Amino acid sequence: MKKRDRTPKTYSRLTHPLVRDEKNGPLRRATWDEALAKAAEGFRRNRIEHGPDSFAMLSCARATNEMNYVAQKFTRVVMGTNNVDSCNRTCHAPSVAGLSAVFGSGGGTSSYEEVEHTDFILMWGSNARFAHPIFFQHVLKGIRNGARMYAVDPRRTSTAEWAESWLGLNVGTDIPLAHAVGREIIAAGLHNQSFIDRATTGFEDYKKLVEPWTLSLAEKVTGVPAAAIKDLAHAYASAERAQLCWTLGITEHHNGTDNVRALINLSLLTGHVGRWGAGVQPLRGQNNVQGGGDMGAIPNRLPGFQDILDDGHRAKFESAWDVVIQPRYGMTLTDMFEAMEHGELKAVYCIGENPAQSEADSDQALRRLQALDHLVVQDIFLTKTAELADVVLPATAAWAETDGTTTNSERRVQRVRAALTPPGEAREDIDIICDIAGLLGHDWKWADSQAVWDELRSLSPDHFGMTYDRLEEHHGLQWPCPDTDKLPSSFLHGRLWETDPERRGTPAAFGLVEHDPPVDLTDENFPIRLTTGRRLDSYNTGVQTGSFASPLRRGEYIELCPEDAESLGVQVGEEVRVASRRGTVTAPVWVDPALRPGLAFMTFHFPDEVDTNQLTIEANCPIAGTAEFKASAIRIEKLHTNEPVAAVRS
Amino acid sequence: MTAPAMPRNTSAVPLGLPRRLIEFTLDGQQVRVPEGSTILDACRAEGKDIPTLCEGDTLRPKNACRVCVVEVEGARTLAPACSRKAEAGMTVKTDTERARHSRKIVIELLASSVDLSTTPRVEEWIKQYDAKPDRFGPDAARLNEEPRVDNDLYVRDYDKCILCYKCVDACGDQWQNTFAISVVGRGFDARIAVEHDGPLTESACVYCGNCIEVCPTGALSFKSEFDMRAAGTWDESQQTETTTVCAYCGVGCNLTLHVQDNEIVKVTSPHDNPVTHGNLCIKGRFGYQHVQNRD
Repeated sequence: MKKRDRTPKTYSRLTHPLVRDEKNGPLRRATWDEALAKAAEGFRRNRIEHGPDSFAMLSCARATNEMNYVAQKFTRVVMGTNNVDSCNRTCHAPSVAGLSAVFGSGGGTSSYEEVEHTDFILMWGSNARFAHPIFFQHVLKGIRNGARMYAVDPRRTSTAEWAESWLGLNVGTDIPLAHAVGREIIAAGLHNQSFIDRATTGFEDYKKLVEPWTLSLAEKVTGVPAAAIKDLAHAYASAERAQLCWTLGITEHHNGTDNVRALINLSLLTGHVGRWGAGVQPLRGQNNVQGGGDMGAIPNRLPGFQDILDDGHRAKFESAWDVVIQPRYGMTLTDMFEAMEHGELKAVYCIGENPAQSEADSDQALRRLQALDHLVVQDIFLTKTAELADVVLPATAAWAETDGTTTNSERRVQRVRAALTPPGEAREDIDIICDIAGLLGHDWKWADSQAVWDELRSLSPDHFGMTYDRLEEHHGLQWPCPDTDKLPSSFLHGRLWETDPERRGTPAAFGLVEHDPPVDLTDENFPIRLTTGRRLDSYNTGVQTGSFASPLRRGEYIELCPEDAESLGVQVGEEVRVASRRGTVTAPVWVDPALRPGLAFMTFHFPDEVDTNQLTIEANCPIAGTAEFKASAIRIEKLHTNEPVAAVRS
Repeated sequence: MTAPAMPRNTSAVPLGLPRRLIEFTLDGQQVRVPEGSTILDACRAEGKDIPTLCEGDTLRPKNACRVCVVEVEGARTLAPACSRKAEAGMTVKTDTERARHSRKIVIELLASSVDLSTTPRVEEWIKQYDAKPDRFGPDAARLNEEPRVDNDLYVRDYDKCILCYKCVDACGDQWQNTFAISVVGRGFDARIAVEHDGPLTESACVYCGNCIEVCPTGALSFKSEFDMRAAGTWDESQQTETTTVCAYCGVGCNLTLHVQDNEIVKVTSPHDNPVTHGNLCIKGRFGYQHVQNRD
């Protein structure tokens, strides 16, 4: 097929500060002094006029732990609010919420190496082959070592191609499938009763909850054959050790946290957690989305994942920082956008995030950001969000131009090192934040990133044992690492297997969650289910990946299965109109046999070509705030006839 | 059903049986190495410098190049040190006339038929073993084909290929499992190619560059390196290597950025890193340009 004529937008680095003199006026070049003064003035003015909670910080899930520590400290100490969050909200916040509700800790429980030596790998809502390719190499090692791998995904992805069994469920029916698997495990007597008795609560209620989800009912709801569900249940439960991994296919739903709980239930039922080689593992989407949360750049936790509502934790930070911390949770990213709408949020400091393009229902996000009194954006590019700002501050690229650490999906804290000199007048995030803090009356000085890290270590027991020297020596260390002389365990929650109740600690609770189908229902007007995901060579809104010449990249398409393409009468490459209840975009057609009738696929890698998030729905998980990017209802119209074509079955 | 009782200490990680130390004679010295070590492992532990080409620290031995051969007492043929396991009581000599002669011939044959201009250390070995690649004359068989530049990320220059198969193994079942490249042809016609020997862009290649990572001769190289070499600006003495963490996705792959004049010119990954084992994906290996769009 002929290559599409595309001129992808590439972004140039910001090399000097920009300010806007009046609302709707143009951005103009400014000196650092002027820009910093203007940034600080807006924060001060809004705090005086509207109180500390009129401020919010969007901290960067791609910057270092050290920067996230300083950003949340700025929020809590300088501004006096807990309104700090990051794009963790748009991806794995439900994983953190679900895991911490069950186990008291928001990290995946296993290590990559354990996947190589486990007996059974269940990839649920995860196309790791594309989205986490090097993690998938560990999965492939596991398969080569004899592990069985099963994949649950509406699409027959390149991950599913490696599976012994692919369960192609209908979008948004993960809970019925999980419950049916749980019911079958119990019915076949394959549950681990001694583990359940010893380490869990709520089993009897769970048993009642899943009782209606017979294999045949689950087949009707999920579209997966009963025999395949039964087979999965038996294979998972009878494995000696099993890993359950998930990605955004589980979390990006309006009930993402419930989905996570439904999966964790299966690990509790079978005792596949807290042992070497057996665990539950969310695969995180940004290099430091785990670390950002660990550093307290989330509205409900202080650094070290310590709960803000705990008086003891708060007292420790209050004495260390000489400040009073509000004894309540701040706003999540989702709350923040709603508060912008209602005018409660006036000033936002946005570091390295692009919510104008990454939020669901992007038109609405744009409108809300425009309503702010004061928006300061600190980034390496003039993103769509930066274009709306009153002050734009040029920063360094964390991974290549700063020193520090990041924390990966297996809780491994690793050193990041500066290799390049930043362009023009760009400065390190931490230095910029400290300058603004200085203008607002807080004289902060850290000699280097290590000094920030050592302050964090002194406040976070889970990180105390990780000195920079040890991180270097051991290729990173996994939390919890409380000792400076002992190596940490590679897996979490071994305590659940202790016979001594004291050492076993709080039992893990079964999540009593009900099926709740996607909010955006398909009907005769919007008959096709649209789901979204990543491609191998591109990343999120494409601001970074747009700049390298990937031979694999073909731009944005609406991908359909061959049957739908035929019944709609559309060809590969033909431009069509894609409409949802919120917006309309135009995109060319691609035909992918990995899709099934009634299921379409798009990415959000090319928002300047096709703004997929005009279609997605901002239906949010009430617990974690993540939007339902994975399930929109759309229809496809041929462009030249300008009329809806015959509806395909949904 | 009740599950089998768990052992008392469930936090223990299975380590396998402890590895015994075995003892053997290496160049007249008694040495002790953990069971399962190769002769090459033992040599390196003793600080002996044995030349290698097809050996890869992240790959299983292929025994293709024979440049690491040593003499094992009692054996009829020379043994490749990279794959032969050390055995208790064996006597190994690494620097006998026979071993040196064999290495010399291997170097002469490779250097006369292949462009080894970008192979690290080969000049040194030619001197060390007094190899004379020119003795086969100017008509020594060469592939004589132009480098294949069919995409913007990496270049295949098969004039530099010694058929060590490391790229095939890295692309295949040992790491990447993409199987885009393979050996085609037999005997003298054997060569590395993608399906139907077409351009990379029409192959199964996913541009992870894990083949470049293991290529010992520079037959596979970053286009950035290829272009800079062509322009005469490639200068490894002016390059720094800094290991950091990739910013795409949460897996946490370690990247070593090779920087010359404040530009990233190449990306590798430490082979002993527990996350990557030296492997990366297309984004980690090639997706760096955005930080240096500076105008």
